[in-house]
Amino acid sequence: MEIDQKNNGVSAATTATQPLWLLAEITYQCPLQCAFCYNPTDFDKHTQNELDTESWIKVLRQARDLGAAQLGISGGEPLLRKDIEEIVIEASSLGYYSNLITSGAGMNEKRIDALKDGGLDHIQLSMHDITEEINNFITNTKTFKLKQKVAAMIKDRGYPMVLNVVMHRYNIDHIQEILEMAEGLGADYIELANTQYYGWSLVNRDQLMPKKEQVENALKVTNKFRERPGNKMKIFFVVPDYFEDRPKKCMNGWGEVFMIVTANGDVLPCHSARVIPNLEFPNVNDSPLKGAWYDSPAFNKFRGDDWMQEPCRSCSEKENDLGGCRCQALLLTGNAEGADPVCSKSPDRHIIDQAIKDSQNPGVEAKPIIFRTNANSKKIDKGDEKDRLAKFHATP
Amino acid sequence: MSIEAKDIYKIAAHHRFQWEKAQDCYVILFPEGMVKLNGSAGEVLNLVNGESTVESITELLSKKFTDAPNIAKDIEGMIELALDKSWIEKVN
Repeated sequence: MEIDQKNNGVSAATTATQPLWLLAEITYQCPLQCAFCYNPTDFDKHTQNELDTESWIKVLRQARDLGAAQLGISGGEPLLRKDIEEIVIEASSLGYYSNLITSGAGMNEKRIDALKDGGLDHIQLSMHDITEEINNFITNTKTFKLKQKVAAMIKDRGYPMVLNVVMHRYNIDHIQEILEMAEGLGADYIELANTQYYGWSLVNRDQLMPKKEQVENALKVTNKFRERPGNKMKIFFVVPDYFEDRPKKCMNGWGEVFMIVTANGDVLPCHSARVIPNLEFPNVNDSPLKGAWYDSPAFNKFRGDDWMQEPCRSCSEKENDLGGCRCQALLLTGNAEGADPVCSKSPDRHIIDQAIKDSQNPGVEAKPIIFRTNANSKKIDKGDEKDRLAKFHATP
Repeated sequence: MSIEAKDIYKIAAHHRFQWEKAQDCYVILFPEGMVKLNGSAGEVLNLVNGESTVESITELLSKKFTDAPNIAKDIEGMIELALDKSWIEKVN
């Protein structure tokens, strides 16, 4: 992702922020049950109060007025909604560069044509592996052939093809074959997104996290593939922050350029912000987006660096990462205002080191993966998985 | 690649060039990306339309910005950069 320097690398306190990216998490329903889904584990309770078409159109107009130009239509699986075509037409007429982020489930010839006619700019398809076995295992569904079919449809309609592959212990060693598959399908872009641990992926962290050597090897293979003469495919390798010693600049800064509107209308600066206690997020049913972005206490809470504690406050590198991820700090240390524990300067770095250790010894604590289903969402919300979640300071 | 006077360029496939009112500048949009263009870069790309030659773009902008002595070189540099970033592609 590239963003102009004006909003990148500058403390929010001195930046006139604008939401340039709007992510519409239009439904939390999904036929896939991916073990690494970043959606909140309590998604089930937001499946009954989804915004209607009219409300989404209002959201698109308001965000466009504020400056949003990139639109991601995401979920859950957005194609489960019947009104995606209508929403795409509106997005196109407003001048958004629109992106449908899909598993492929619910796509067919008729819909892909209607979306093209409506002005959809690109489609990002999730892929899981070169093997049917791993694809079906990690998504807990038989979706391998479907994805191959949808990839061909995307290419056939002349969309730029963006494949997104979430990397974890089960597929990371297949990276060369995955890249070859993507190239064979005619992908223009591929994102190799190492799992970040929020939502369901945090619940399943010990089962998903690869070894450090696997990550290093994957990066090596990727770089070699990228540097081959004649390579046309753009390859993004999203580094897994646990194996780094500095945190990521999460969402490019809290309330800096990203705005997320969830299925039920909550307005968030990042996908998992609702895990932070005592923060009340605005909802589009009660407040216009302009007030939510500029004036709400939640969006202003972690803007800039006034909120920082030590060691971040006096750190010479604070502008580079703005202290990392607030949700990660809260979930792992209990303090949303502390340093992201990924940072080697954080007094809590041992938590990350322990997680790495735990994940490398699968024999120590063999627990089954908890797949992303409505039933499991209800169970977690009821407190049925307390043992497994005890080490976290909030339900992810 | 060297830029010739008779070259014609257009905005690359899968990219969109447009004016953004809220940002008060031209931008290039593409999958997963958005680049805000500064004033002069925006002026140049605004004339990259799949029809005008580099020569005619230079002529137009020289008339518009009479106080910019090295404008031909600046335009060439901008087109080189845009090509390098794959924002534009050669037509002829």
